[in-house]
Amino acid sequence: MSGTPEKKNEDGYGTTGHEWDGIEEWNNPLPRWWLWTFYITIIWGIGYTIAYPAWPLVDRATAGLLGYSTRGEVAEQISEFEARNAELQVQLASADLNTISDDAALFNYAVQGGAAVFRNNCSQCHGSGAAGAVGYPNLLDDAWLWGGTIEEIAYSVRHGIRNEQSLDARWSQMPAFGADELLDEQQIVEVAHYVLQISGQAHDADLASAGAETFDLECSGCHMADGTGDMLGGAPNLTDAIWLYGGDEATLIETITNSRFGVMPAWSEEFRPAGGLSDSEINAVATYVHQLGGGQ
Amino acid sequence: MALLDKHTIIEKNATLLTVLSLLVVTVGGIVEIAPLFYLENTIEEVDGVRPYSPLELEGREVYIREGCYVCHSQMVRPMRDEVERYGHYSLAAESMYDHPFQWGSKRTGPDLARVGGRYSDEWHVVHLRDPQSVVPESVMPKYGFLENKLLDGEYIEDLLLTHRAVGVPYTDEMIEAAVEDFRAQADPDSDFDGLLERYPGAQVRNFDGQPGISETDALIAYLQMLGTLVDFSTFTPDASR
Repeated sequence: MSGTPEKKNEDGYGTTGHEWDGIEEWNNPLPRWWLWTFYITIIWGIGYTIAYPAWPLVDRATAGLLGYSTRGEVAEQISEFEARNAELQVQLASADLNTISDDAALFNYAVQGGAAVFRNNCSQCHGSGAAGAVGYPNLLDDAWLWGGTIEEIAYSVRHGIRNEQSLDARWSQMPAFGADELLDEQQIVEVAHYVLQISGQAHDADLASAGAETFDLECSGCHMADGTGDMLGGAPNLTDAIWLYGGDEATLIETITNSRFGVMPAWSEEFRPAGGLSDSEINAVATYVHQLGGGQ
Repeated sequence: MALLDKHTIIEKNATLLTVLSLLVVTVGGIVEIAPLFYLENTIEEVDGVRPYSPLELEGREVYIREGCYVCHSQMVRPMRDEVERYGHYSLAAESMYDHPFQWGSKRTGPDLARVGGRYSDEWHVVHLRDPQSVVPESVMPKYGFLENKLLDGEYIEDLLLTHRAVGVPYTDEMIEAAVEDFRAQADPDSDFDGLLERYPGAQVRNFDGQPGISETDALIAYLQMLGTLVDFSTFTPDASR
């Protein structure tokens, strides 16, 4: 392993003195550009730890001359965007929703912003296009539970439906007529056929007429004597072709037997401070939903 | 050069090289890691954060077992787009009782750090059974089989003890009442006062709407409490942390 250090290359540098099987290596110096870049990174590193939070001391790390913090930066960015829209945000948070469409600029801002809020928070249940799914109402049609005016929509968003988050949540509960043995199986089939009849579907006339009396006794309190429902009480209209869970016989029997208990979370940040919606966001999404087509 | 000549002693002695290398690496480790355990601006105590209730902890086990973390992170980064989408950025304290933590960085699905209270229990049941029925564009697999696996809480005490062994402050009282609390949380007709005293803010419901405590019950109990423990209407994070 003894090399020939006295050997020189054309630049005048010798070998390292290492030699394996006749292979030697030149002891060329590091390229200058590389070496200087290396020195500069060391100086840069020292400067960086002075400018930014770095060195751990007794109870906290040095804060850095620039006063940077990740949390500070995100707060700054958010307030910057809030400041840009501050005027509209304030107007929107305290807007009279019934007349919001009169102010074109504010209305447009609310609809665009509301669409973003909807896609992020509402679409998972009500669908990207707001057409709903089984158990989750279609927001495009004229059939509303709990009211389809813009104010009522905002209330439903703010407090939600049948949740434990807001004490003022919309609340109604249909009894489980079968599970709680309020009606026997035969009566349930009869009522189901009566509902099929009033909604204009194929039904057994004898069963339906037998179910009419039971409907009058048990169901008309909420769904009204003519079955048109009580919108503000959350009782659906049973005479139209719009069904939240399905209007066929099997589904109706299931609904009457075990009842339904659709829950919508309360969306106000009042009830969910970590991830809820602000007043202006609620007003925006209510405006958006209202103008989709079915708003009253 | 004299210094380089001395360096050859280290290079030619494998044991010495190993020992000295270890020393160098240790210094780096101590400087970078050790301060995190004592610096005040890395340890933030936050009101409201509590150990998981037995049912939630069991749900967390299901979450880990099914590999939910492969597609879902649990950490809202302090960046504007994340905060606008998911809610307040996560605090270290919010996962202080997580062993192991579920922060993650792979998001095929959305971040779940603030999923609690966002959806109804029924939505979770339907979504676990068939995710595409409510979110057509989803690529999540079906987890309906979790409903068929009923739990009796047989090992729940051991689970709490395991977590105590790694530093979660479960008291003797909590351990003793583990089975009782486990059952109470999934049954709104039970006597759950003790549970609420031991685990403030615990939600008591029949999460899957079916008799018995299934893995779905446990998983939904866990999902519905994620990110809900800290009251951000009263807590303002220190910007310098």
